Amino acid sequence: MLRVVAPGVANRAVPGRRYDPECPAQCTGYAAYARADPSRAVPERKVIVAAIRTEGLYKVFGRRADEAVRRLQEGASREDVIPLGATPAVIDVTFDVKPGEIFVVMGLSGSGKSTLIRTLNGLLIPTAGHVYVGGDDIAALNPAALRTLRRDQMSMVFQHFALLPHRTVLENAAYPLKVRGLKKDERAAKARDALAMVGLDGWEDKLPQQLSGGMRQRVGLARALAAETDIMLMDEAFSALDPLIRREMQDQLLELQQRLAKTIVFITHDLNEAMRLGDRIAMMRAGRIVQIDTAEAILRKPANDYVAQFVQDVDRTRVLTAATVMEPVGDGALERGQPTVSPGTMLADVFSLSAQSPLPVAVVDDDRRLVGVIRRETLLSSMAAGDVAPTELTAEGEVTHG
Amino acid sequence: MDEWRIPIGVWVEDAIDWVQDTFQPVFAFIRDVLIAAYEQLSSLLELSPFWVMVLLLGVLGWLVRGWRFGVVGAAALLLIQFVDQWENAMQTLALVTIAVVVATIVAIPIGIVAARSRIVSNAVRPVLDFMQTMPPLVYLIPAVVLFRVGVVPGMIATVIFAVPPGIRLTELGIRQVDAEVVEAGHAFGSTPGSILRNIQLPLALVTIMAGINQVIMLSLSMVVLAGFVGAPGLGQQVLSAISRLDVGLGVEAGLSVVILAIYLDRVTAALGARSAVARLEQTA
Ligand SMILES: Nc1ncnc2c1ncn2[C@@H]1O[C@H](COP(=O)(O)OP(=O)(O)OP(=O)(O)O)[C@@H](O)[C@H]1O
Ligand SMILES: [Mg+2]
Repeated sequence: MLRVVAPGVANRAVPGRRYDPECPAQCTGYAAYARADPSRAVPERKVIVAAIRTEGLYKVFGRRADEAVRRLQEGASREDVIPLGATPAVIDVTFDVKPGEIFVVMGLSGSGKSTLIRTLNGLLIPTAGHVYVGGDDIAALNPAALRTLRRDQMSMVFQHFALLPHRTVLENAAYPLKVRGLKKDERAAKARDALAMVGLDGWEDKLPQQLSGGMRQRVGLARALAAETDIMLMDEAFSALDPLIRREMQDQLLELQQRLAKTIVFITHDLNEAMRLGDRIAMMRAGRIVQIDTAEAILRKPANDYVAQFVQDVDRTRVLTAATVMEPVGDGALERGQPTVSPGTMLADVFSLSAQSPLPVAVVDDDRRLVGVIRRETLLSSMAAGDVAPTELTAEGEVTHG
Repeated sequence: MDEWRIPIGVWVEDAIDWVQDTFQPVFAFIRDVLIAAYEQLSSLLELSPFWVMVLLLGVLGWLVRGWRFGVVGAAALLLIQFVDQWENAMQTLALVTIAVVVATIVAIPIGIVAARSRIVSNAVRPVLDFMQTMPPLVYLIPAVVLFRVGVVPGMIATVIFAVPPGIRLTELGIRQVDAEVVEAGHAFGSTPGSILRNIQLPLALVTIMAGINQVIMLSLSMVVLAGFVGAPGLGQQVLSAISRLDVGLGVEAGLSVVILAIYLDRVTAALGARSAVARLEQTA
């Protein structure tokens, strides 16, 4: 059974994000874990510099790109500059990705996600604006320095896999290590580990053509994992996987993330996936970023109708946590038989408890002190789109404190 | 009307004269190298008894295409011996081989550079069009001026005539390689040289081999014309058949060219198909 359960006490006792062997793979999502306690959203490092930063980034394809950028900067819309023969794919994008963060980019097909991610490692040169990786302006690096950066710090999973068709699965997974100049058996060993991680042991000697689409995607994943870089760029890295394996890969990514705290830019157009994985989500539309927020904030306060429409189908019970919908209680005692949950519990799990007991579900912290309660009414109204902050409900008199 | 004529011909003649005077040692050197290569190879091919050659070529055919092609190929080559054209055929084979080697050495690097640079590609394309559409006999004239009569101008003219498909298909093959796979090379920090060697060339190999196959076929069709400037071999035979209106000799020499051409075509095509990528495409 693949089910996300709230981080247990054992897990929450772990400071920072060290790996907890007692916690099975699917037990915690890092995002959920971090959401439960916002102070954990950023790993404990002395200086927090952005791992990746973009500033006023533009990428325009086609003719008269510079002219198009100038007009866009003056306030023209995307449609205004298309007659020039230009295709603006990324328009005025500014964001920071913090070290150790999973930063998800969401958007419909053609919204510029792949173009954006390609500018992050310099595969595409921005038409205007800057990309900084660890403080270096990508566009200012000489070719050798850029190669070193890519080789040692960034790996990438491609939307269409981009495997070497004439090389075996093992050679494909070992490719980044070969580039780095590792010895043959050393890189084979690491590549085997990476392949095992994505469940492809036994397929090492096959050619990519002999694999299904989902398996090929996992080879691409293994290749990026084998590189063991701090930064991973993942362009729809799970899109070709079936739901079960997809879930498994998501869990593995979260587990890996807890262990290694990589900086991940993850592209997807599956909102449930975005909400599940992302510490923060950037919503992209026609080249522009319309909102950057945590999953909950996007659900509760969509920046515009586009985002609201986008999120209306999302399974809120697996995004919202007990802490976000509970009515805070200053101090109080637990009633006998009252079901309890931790603040990071997904609403999906609160629902089943709530159904079993007539009493409100109590939210308790690590020391089993009561911090809030969740009534059935609150639970139900939290399923409606829009803001579900309990204080607001109280103000409207729909819920009264007992 | 005569005074309105644009004297392109005169200009070219002047240019050739100038080139000849200025680069005389270069041409002399090229000439010496090509003559030496030709003499080595043709004496090697001619000195081996015909049955040794037939056997070797038959075995080669068997190895690359299977026993049936080996047997039929050997029988066809034997036919050349029985129409008494063996020595001429070997001279032609030597000439073609050297022309193809030179053409390949020229074509692949130019094709690679053209694949990487739009500017080079755009500059090379009209030159190739020119080389392919100019009646090939025309190359023979400056070639003779620069390299004197004999086997060398024939070879040079053959190379010029045969090299364009080699360049074009090398460029095409490299450009056709999936851009995302090349990006993957860049994304993991490979150098452009390593991407060329490990990704682009292996994946372009089938197309490049098709280009070399074309080079061989064009060389063989040019080699007859090379007879006009004194290149030895089957071309000489065809030429003397024409001058004497000797239908029999013409057919025999022509047939020998065809047999050589088909043999070389099938063998090189099979070599192309044996490359890793081609095999992979068959299984896909
Ligand atoms: N190399 C290119 N040349 C010209 N236009 C391009 C190029 N690459 C992308 N575009 C254009 O840029 C826009 C954004 O494309 P992009 O591939 O970034 O979208 P995407 O969000 O990744 O879409 P998908 O979800 O379908 O992968 C599209 O309009 C596309 O046509
Ligand atoms: Mg894309």
